[in-house]
Amino acid sequence: MTPEVGDALKRLDTFPKVLLDLVGKRPDGVAIREKDYGIWQSWIWREVAEEVRALACGLASFGLERGDKVAIVGDNRPRLYWAMLATQALGGVPVPLYQDSIADEMQYVVEHAEARFAILEDQEQVDKVLSVKERCPRLEMLVYDDPRGLRHYRESFLLSIDEIQSRGRKFHADHPDLYLREISKGRGEDLSVILYTSGTTGRPKGVMLSNDNIIVTARNANAGERIRNDEEILAYLPMAWVGDHFYSYAQALLAGYTVNCPESASTVMIDLHELGPTHFFAPPRIFENLITHVMIRMEDATWIKRKMFEFFLDVAKRSGARILEKKPVPPTDRLLYALGNVLVYGPLKDSLGFTHIRTAYTAGEAIGPDIFDFFRSLGINLKQLYGQTEASVYVTVQADDEVESDTVGKAAPGVELKVSDGGEVMYRSPGVFLGYYKNPEATKETKTGDGWVHTGDAGILGEDGQLRIIDRAKDVGRLNDGTMFAPKYIENKLKFFPNVKEAVTFGDGRDYVGAFINIDLDAVSNWAERQGLPYTSYTDLAAKDEVYSIIQDHVEQVNRDLASDSALAGSQIRRFLILHKELDADDGELTRTRKVRRQTIGERYDQLIEALYSDGDSVSVEAKVTFEDGREGFIDADLKVRNAAVTSLRATPVETAELSAAS
Amino acid sequence: MTNGKSIGDTLLRVDDVSVSFGAVAALTDVSFEIREREILAIIGPNGAGKTTMLNVLNGVYQPDHGTMTFNDRTYTRMRPSEAAEHGIARTFQNVALFRGMTTLDNIFTGRTLKMKSNLFMQAIYWGPAQKVEREHRQAVERIIDFLEIEEIRKVPVGRLPYGLQKRVELGRALAAEPKLLLLDEPMAGMNLEEKEDMCRFILDVNEEFGTTIALIEHDMGVVMDISDRVVVLDYGRKIADGHPDVVRQDSAVIDAYLGVAHDAA
Repeated sequence: MTPEVGDALKRLDTFPKVLLDLVGKRPDGVAIREKDYGIWQSWIWREVAEEVRALACGLASFGLERGDKVAIVGDNRPRLYWAMLATQALGGVPVPLYQDSIADEMQYVVEHAEARFAILEDQEQVDKVLSVKERCPRLEMLVYDDPRGLRHYRESFLLSIDEIQSRGRKFHADHPDLYLREISKGRGEDLSVILYTSGTTGRPKGVMLSNDNIIVTARNANAGERIRNDEEILAYLPMAWVGDHFYSYAQALLAGYTVNCPESASTVMIDLHELGPTHFFAPPRIFENLITHVMIRMEDATWIKRKMFEFFLDVAKRSGARILEKKPVPPTDRLLYALGNVLVYGPLKDSLGFTHIRTAYTAGEAIGPDIFDFFRSLGINLKQLYGQTEASVYVTVQADDEVESDTVGKAAPGVELKVSDGGEVMYRSPGVFLGYYKNPEATKETKTGDGWVHTGDAGILGEDGQLRIIDRAKDVGRLNDGTMFAPKYIENKLKFFPNVKEAVTFGDGRDYVGAFINIDLDAVSNWAERQGLPYTSYTDLAAKDEVYSIIQDHVEQVNRDLASDSALAGSQIRRFLILHKELDADDGELTRTRKVRRQTIGERYDQLIEALYSDGDSVSVEAKVTFEDGREGFIDADLKVRNAAVTSLRATPVETAELSAAS
Repeated sequence: MTNGKSIGDTLLRVDDVSVSFGAVAALTDVSFEIREREILAIIGPNGAGKTTMLNVLNGVYQPDHGTMTFNDRTYTRMRPSEAAEHGIARTFQNVALFRGMTTLDNIFTGRTLKMKSNLFMQAIYWGPAQKVEREHRQAVERIIDFLEIEEIRKVPVGRLPYGLQKRVELGRALAAEPKLLLLDEPMAGMNLEEKEDMCRFILDVNEEFGTTIALIEHDMGVVMDISDRVVVLDYGRKIADGHPDVVRQDSAVIDAYLGVAHDAA
């Protein structure tokens, strides 16, 4: 090794260099595990380095050059992570793809990225790529990990990782200097990875991130979140998603912690329970599923267990989060919580696999406060963060002592944050992407000349620096007096009440905010039964004064929440009505994924909307409904319109709001 | 089907086998052969004698006359335990698993014949028994991995949906590392997706392990897709034998399936 090479290797500005450094420092530390044949098989850093070298030299022997793109497709497998390292060692650029994309989507990305090599998990992925290979003229070679079912494929350009590696080992013996020399050529400013975002509109865009982008951001995150080298994480999110690239690759290598690959996509929950990770990341729906799972199991439990569960859950709700945040708690509660920990919380966390969690994150969309508080009350340090592929994930993250269900935290270390005059959240950080691959127009639209990035999200930056994400910027409107109106934000707040199934708010170009509410039949009918309130049908129940009263409480609760926020205080709900029928996808009022179709509803219920903006306290409707068997009918109803009290007090103490929500 | 697979010599030959139950002749002078590494389908209308044939092959029924030659040894009668020892494993038309036991344990039972260490050693789990147990677990895990049933490893099979039970049963048969695998209606009662899965597993078993497979199946699409050769039985007699495309065109087969007017005279 020449001195220049040695010096270049000491600058830890690419991942292959970081790997070499780790091997020097902790050769026997466990780098990665994979559950295979029912057992967690592990590789230590020294072994990983050897595997990566063999793979890199093998790819070099087949002509992989600096700047070549390598598509990587599959579930989280150690060898696919090694393929990323091997590619980067040679100065190539890995392009991970979503493993569930259909062949045509893969063809677009492979062709757009100009990939010369594709490294694929198994026969399923090989078949998909083979079916579109003719339309990927630059693609030269396919490499697969799992040989099952591929024994009789005769394509000359199709090879197994084993074959590549054994060739690589020979190649390394013949060219012993090549590997380190290639690594030493890597620079921090070089392109590290291209991550394609699954754009909701149009074709996916390739986000180019440099080594510096990712390494600096991950270092900051590791330091800020006190990530240690003995963390255990479960790598189960798609490799093509920036979240996984960050947690299972960047942070893992920089901190030197252990990444665990589940046995298969269907065993993730079992593996989670066995492993008990210390660091965990999941979108809100995973946490929702876990709760549903627990609640269903509790329904089946014996009477005494159920009582115990309910009692201690109440205790946790009162004081669990406060104990976690080291805030004062009455001694009796502290004692009860300790008892609950032995009887309920401990076993529950164990069965979820959350016993050892030090930090858990949720991101991606709004999480229901009940769900969020449930996990925190069990003593699990669940936090929210806000990020984007374009930012190398981190934009904001909640500090351990400043966790709220409706904020996403303060700017992460090194991140500058602002809200534009139009209400859009913008940031500038060391993680800001280089640009969209082969798409300078889109880059110019998103990233300003001086490095600020438009997120497309509307948000509010509190005086305390806490960011709150409200809505997609394009959905945000204005009341006539210029107050910001964020329909989804308000609707989500309403929908977090179990009694409210669906909510639609109006306000853009109006004097005040009005709302349609759909009651949740299960929850409200259950309540009505307990109250001894007779009713004949959904329409009848929805029109009951008693039901209006509970919904009015909810609306006013939401108003109090909104009032505590100067930017949104003006968009409190003045008038609301309860719809006489459920909004239904069959009637075109919702999409199949249960998103509200504002336009359809606006047209169909224009009388009702007018009623919200007039003085009358009732309105009669005749609405067309489509029955399950396809017949159509009409429902007549007199709907009441209620006024809701508006809170003028700004800064209602948050504590009160919390307590009344809990009671 | 022809992608590189080499079908070998005769693994099992059936010569003039007849079985009758009282006055009912279930099989009459049936002869055919099963070649190494092939997938052979035995088809025929209801009551044609398919299951009887399979029962003869693994020794449940003794033929009235006729012989079977397996691995160059000729038998006139073979007990089920002998058949198992010689490497013939099977699954059943109605799933026959230990419903209270887990998937893992059910597949383990398929290894019984391979377990040589003595009961006492096994009971105290000591010495060579430990090593042997580990080897068997490894073999079972390879099957679990192969059949993609990791997530139900520890679930009692009684709680599994039917399609998965069938897969576990296949796993148990595979655990014996058979030379010849007999499948009695592996796809009966399955939905389309389960059928496709099962087809893939059967093809994979054949391809990856080189296991010879004889199967009974009613779904003609499946039979024509996956088998190398088809034997057709009707009223206990063999009426056709050959490549699926040939058998499909055979007039006797068409008659047997669609029915012809039997002369009542």
